[in-house]
Amino acid sequence: MDYVLFLLGGFFGGILGGMGMGGGTLLIPILTVFLKVPQHVAQCLNLIVFVPMSLFALFLHFKNRLIETKGLLFLLVPAVVFAVLSSFIAVGSPPEILQKLFGGFLVLLAVFGIANSFLRAKAK
Amino acid sequence: MEQSNILKFQEESRGEKQKRLFLLMLGGAFIGFVNGFFGAGGGMLAVPVLCFIAKLPEKLAHATAISVILPLSIVSSVVYIKNGALDLNIFPPVLIGTLIGGILGAALLIKLNNKILASIFYIAMFAAGLRLIF
Repeated sequence: MDYVLFLLGGFFGGILGGMGMGGGTLLIPILTVFLKVPQHVAQCLNLIVFVPMSLFALFLHFKNRLIETKGLLFLLVPAVVFAVLSSFIAVGSPPEILQKLFGGFLVLLAVFGIANSFLRAKAK
Repeated sequence: MEQSNILKFQEESRGEKQKRLFLLMLGGAFIGFVNGFFGAGGGMLAVPVLCFIAKLPEKLAHATAISVILPLSIVSSVVYIKNGALDLNIFPPVLIGTLIGGILGAALLIKLNNKILASIFYIAMFAAGLRLIF
């Protein structure tokens, strides 16, 4: 029974991510709110699940020559360094605080996303 | 033969080039930090960074963003897993469900209206965010 619930949770999270917006950003609240998964466990799952999903998408994009590689290291190297850093901080934080911070993060993303779409629509 | 978009400098002075590369590194640090701390969201930050700092056209930015977030996610996953965040009981169903949903979602994306989808998505994020805060 539980297995099905988690399957469904992943399914809905995956659909939303597959529709291209925000990737797994809604998978995590689906897991934490409905399935009572601890925040850092949900985040861990989302990170892992992204790998096969993106490999497939990446393969397609690469074939269509839609990927820019030169100069990318300037972005990637600091990104990787800080990703490791923040991951350690996250797993070391109390789950309740991480969860609230994540909530704030979602609100911010939503506000910026809406503002961005609104500005884009106006520009047209 | 192909001019790199990120390092396209014909119109720029050396000072501007250096400034842009610095901003790129800063943007990268920010993207990495956020993606590692929240286990998500890197893509939503990477696209604007690639569009505005690296000056990539939108389609290129979306595709390139994935190639940025992928190593970040791998690296962060390792840290999370090594610190015990992986629950092996729920991992298989979530993984399978997400893969199936993801493929379906990508297929749906082609058929459904983008703007309506985006609005629903942002409202859902906002609501979920509030729920998590309080």
